[in-house]
Amino acid sequence: MSQALSTIPPPARRRRAAWEEAPPRIEDAGKSVVLALVVLAVLFPMWSVVVTSLASRSTINAAGGMVVIPRELDLSAYVTMFHGGQVSRALWTSLLLTLGGTALSLALTVLAAYGLSRPGSIGHRSLLMYFLLTFLVYPGLVPSYLVVTGLGLKDTLWALILPNALSVFNLMLVRTFFMGIPSELIDSARIDGASEWRILWSIVLPLSRAVVAVVGLFYAVGYWNAYFNAVLYIDDNDLWPIQRVLQSFILAGQSPHVAGAPVNLPGLTAYPPTLAIKMAVVVVTVLPALLVYPFVQRHFTKGVLIGAVKG
Amino acid sequence: MTIPVSTSAPAAIARTAPATRSPWRARLRRDAPLLLMTAPAALLLLLFHYAPTSGNLIAFQDYNPFLGESAFDAFLQSEWVGLANFQVLFADPAFWESLRNTLSITLFQLVFFFPLPVVLALLLHGVASPRWRGFIQNVVYLPHFFSWVLVITFFVQMLGGAGLLAQELRQHGFVPWELLTNPSTFLLLVTAEAVWKDVGWGSIVFLAALSAIDPSLYEAAAVDGAGRWRRLWHITLPGLRPVIVLLAILRLGDALSVGFEQYLLQRDAVGQQAAEVLDTYVYFHAIVPQQWGVGAAAGLFKSLVGLVLILGANRLAHRLGEAGIYQKARG
Repeated sequence: MSQALSTIPPPARRRRAAWEEAPPRIEDAGKSVVLALVVLAVLFPMWSVVVTSLASRSTINAAGGMVVIPRELDLSAYVTMFHGGQVSRALWTSLLLTLGGTALSLALTVLAAYGLSRPGSIGHRSLLMYFLLTFLVYPGLVPSYLVVTGLGLKDTLWALILPNALSVFNLMLVRTFFMGIPSELIDSARIDGASEWRILWSIVLPLSRAVVAVVGLFYAVGYWNAYFNAVLYIDDNDLWPIQRVLQSFILAGQSPHVAGAPVNLPGLTAYPPTLAIKMAVVVVTVLPALLVYPFVQRHFTKGVLIGAVKG
Repeated sequence: MTIPVSTSAPAAIARTAPATRSPWRARLRRDAPLLLMTAPAALLLLLFHYAPTSGNLIAFQDYNPFLGESAFDAFLQSEWVGLANFQVLFADPAFWESLRNTLSITLFQLVFFFPLPVVLALLLHGVASPRWRGFIQNVVYLPHFFSWVLVITFFVQMLGGAGLLAQELRQHGFVPWELLTNPSTFLLLVTAEAVWKDVGWGSIVFLAALSAIDPSLYEAAAVDGAGRWRRLWHITLPGLRPVIVLLAILRLGDALSVGFEQYLLQRDAVGQQAAEVLDTYVYFHAIVPQQWGVGAAAGLFKSLVGLVLILGANRLAHRLGEAGIYQKARG
């Protein structure tokens, strides 16, 4: 398993070998067109949403809706959105949820991954089985709902954190990485009298930044994107995370039943929610992912592969 | 996603070999910190995974949460009704409809979505400039991190009745057709959304498998006169085969889960005869009307079928000579 790490060669420039014939030009062109279309399919909607969020009422009216070509920079949608009201509150809620939840999840995951990384330790096999069995047997929606409500977590943010605070998949990812660390390092620290806590903190963790970054991103994205749990457990719309607000704000017209109560956005009722404000909400919902992304993306291949390909 | 099961790494065995001979008490003292570190995660799973999993027993009860002091108390006091909940469930045409929808979505996506990441990986692998390749990869991975609410918002704003496409068509005198509310094209729509979100992310695994193929194989084949397409067929695809089989098994084992939020969010726009899947069925027919017993029965049915499917698919993979998801632990 840990082999997978070392067998991924760095992406080098692939020059055509001497024996390799040049591909037919039409094939090359076809490939480029397909890839360009794929990239456009991702970037174009995002572009149009950003441009619309920055457009004035007259531009939106002239375009008849979504804007593609920017004419001017109008920040009023963002000003309105951040001027208190449900969207700013939901943003704070989601931020708190994401930071707190990710910290808790990482702590649980790293500790358990280290605790399970030593074959031959007491109870190792049965404990490992205990964790892995969660992949094969899982609770349905109804019992989970009854447990969470039975613990009195309904309408608290804990309902959005605790039930999914530990992903066993992420745990195994980190554990696999830990097991690949040369045992000599750990043994020598032990001979020097370091405790397990000290070894984890001073030796194992500094060597595992890549995997912790990727797993942290997975957790953070999970918390930021939390939607269905909010539908299930959060009736109080002062506690709604941003995805829930986005849904009620933009898709509610499409699916009013899901929104539950009629949409009521305090602070924005005086100002009719124009398309620009809606798109501004979309932009701020996308933004955190875009901001963290560059720092983590170079670890993706590593992170995904330890879990996905057997060494 | 794979379950990495390795109970023994060679280095680790060497590390602990003498330890197994020391007496139990000394081992406990030595390993106590490890147990302590594992405890919080284990407790959390007990509470939010294993407790509800055993809570599935209410599928055989007429569960009434208002009996007793707590949910557990109510469980003890509720009446056992045998298979009555399953009879109710299996007599409900809406249940069979949701099961049919779920399976047709799974099969459709297995044919029309599953091969696309392989194709994308092949295309990306052929991009010679590392800078361009890196750029394209970063762009196509991105939507994986968007929530379903966002993905569907993008689709609504682009292709919906008031979206960009419809507004352009209208301005040029065409009548836009309803792409997002039409039950008969719903299968295409959800697949397009899933592709948009995850085709890039899905290609990572195949890209890595591609770069792990020994280049000398290609060279030898070329020397023997194999052209580009024959090399693709006889070297590249066999090289990808283990990964393809593995992911197909996992998908098959998960056949009854097609994702939840995507359908919940569009169920009202499209109508439940097309968009009701097993998970949304449980939500709307059990949680909303508080039919706990029937809902638990549906959940139990789903996990049992899932378990059978994944074990069966794994056995099939072994028969095909592939490693599958898990093997018996060695040593």
